[in-house]
Amino acid sequence: MKVRQISIFLENRSGRLASVLKEVGRAGVNIRALSLADTSDFGILRLIVDDVDKGVQALKGTGHTVSLTEVLAVEVPDRPGGLAGILDVLSAANLNVEYMYAFVSRATEKAMVVFRFEQIDAAIAALQKAGVSVVEADKVYAL
Amino acid sequence: MFNPQAEAMPVKELRQLQGERLKTLVARAYTHVPFYRAKFDAQGVKPGDIRGIEDIAKLPFTLKPEFREQYPFGMFAAPMRDIVRIHASSGTTGKPTVVGYTRNDVDNWAECAARSLACGGASAADVVQIAYGYGLFTGGLGMHYGAEKLGAAALPMSSGNTEKQIMLMKDFGVTVLCCTPSYALQIAEVAAQMGEDLMKLPLKSGHFGAEPWTEAMRKRIEELFPLKALDIYGLSEVAGPGVANECLEQRGLHVFEDHFYPEIIDPETGDPLPDGQKGELVFTCLTKEGVPLIRYRTRDITMILDEGPCPCGRTSRKIARLMGRTDDMLIIRGINVFPSQVEDVLVRIEGVHPQYLIVVDRQGNLDTMEIKVEVTEALFSDEVKKLEALRDKIHHQIKTMLNVSAKITLVEPNTIERTLGKAKRVLDRRKLT
Repeated sequence: MKVRQISIFLENRSGRLASVLKEVGRAGVNIRALSLADTSDFGILRLIVDDVDKGVQALKGTGHTVSLTEVLAVEVPDRPGGLAGILDVLSAANLNVEYMYAFVSRATEKAMVVFRFEQIDAAIAALQKAGVSVVEADKVYAL
Repeated sequence: MFNPQAEAMPVKELRQLQGERLKTLVARAYTHVPFYRAKFDAQGVKPGDIRGIEDIAKLPFTLKPEFREQYPFGMFAAPMRDIVRIHASSGTTGKPTVVGYTRNDVDNWAECAARSLACGGASAADVVQIAYGYGLFTGGLGMHYGAEKLGAAALPMSSGNTEKQIMLMKDFGVTVLCCTPSYALQIAEVAAQMGEDLMKLPLKSGHFGAEPWTEAMRKRIEELFPLKALDIYGLSEVAGPGVANECLEQRGLHVFEDHFYPEIIDPETGDPLPDGQKGELVFTCLTKEGVPLIRYRTRDITMILDEGPCPCGRTSRKIARLMGRTDDMLIIRGINVFPSQVEDVLVRIEGVHPQYLIVVDRQGNLDTMEIKVEVTEALFSDEVKKLEALRDKIHHQIKTMLNVSAKITLVEPNTIERTLGKAKRVLDRRKLT
């Protein structure tokens, strides 16, 4: 269920993002999804990749500050109000979303949304109870 | 106490003794050292003007570059037949400063080093591991003679060969450790790799000095070793280790001021500062025969503590832990800032030693200060709001502790330039224009 996401600290300077992505590519690690949170001073790059350990090793080895975070990948029904319905489930269960980002998978052609919760286990329970499809981690890495 | 008669002397008697010794010192320096005679004459002071310790402010300062210009033996007030030891500073900034010791000088220094060890509770029954370097540097030999004077067993390890240090520490039942605080941390690291539990050893006190350190490092060392970590101060021009040492109260270093008279001055104006105010530490070596040092500006920043009698019974005044060097001092919008203060704030925030760089600039007529902090894994969070909270916390603490508002910038690891393994701490762009 829980997907391991790599987070990388980035300074807000030109070329920093390119440098990180180059290291990931050089290690032969493929990116499945990404999001970039930015402020005026710094950014946090979040990556979901096919080989998490190899990705972390490559980035740490080249001196980047890296952490692993557990997130959930959720399939969103491809119709108007699809995402809103999922957020309703979460708010009814009193669960706060720390951040989220969406991507489309080529294999299923379904929209996916990555969620980061403070209380990840409670979120899994609430989503499953409401019949929302939480995608298995291995499937996400292999997308 | 190693020498209660001297260390617990009533203050009035102590001042009288200091006055007598100062008179002898000044006469000796004026007669035997042309450098001092020229300086006294230029200032219009004669040895006869000095009637007591309160007259010390009439005397000229001695600066490190002046000392260095007298290389090799220009500062000596005794002929080589009376000199029994020569030490010298490392001379990283030019010619070294050379200090000759007469037999009395070596004895007095050993006495003060013995007092330092006794400050931590050591006695003749102890085994003292000396992991300061032996050689021209005063650390090793200074503590060695002090341990012997105390009657303790001196273990002359010098620095390095850490695995052997740990083996002998354990097998010989070492009770007192003397080294730099950073070397103590290295010993602990290697011991952990060797699977040795230092907390099981009979260690009881450690005398750490020869480099600046912080309360946070003291805490860390005391978690890793079963000992009281005490600050020791000394410098080769004055004598070596044993000029001042903390007692078990761990609240400031007792200066052995029957030998080394301390003053605190404003580094800009040279005016004496009252107790409790920080400034540059100045020493006069009251009993030195080989090199009679008068009002030597150490460039170390500290204060004389204004606290009344110490519960340990010693009557000598105490200085605070060193806060930095005048060379490192930055004046930002009229406020004195030391890189060590910034470091202290950073260490307190997350208990880690992040790399940092202070960038000072001037925009219009206003000084600006930016502190770049490398984001290590211990500091990093996946969430923007937590990183912003960290940044704001550093900003707030710097403002509270230093009274200066600084822009805090979080930067990637290994982006702050390091020279020879040491990080550069300050970039002052104001000087470039």
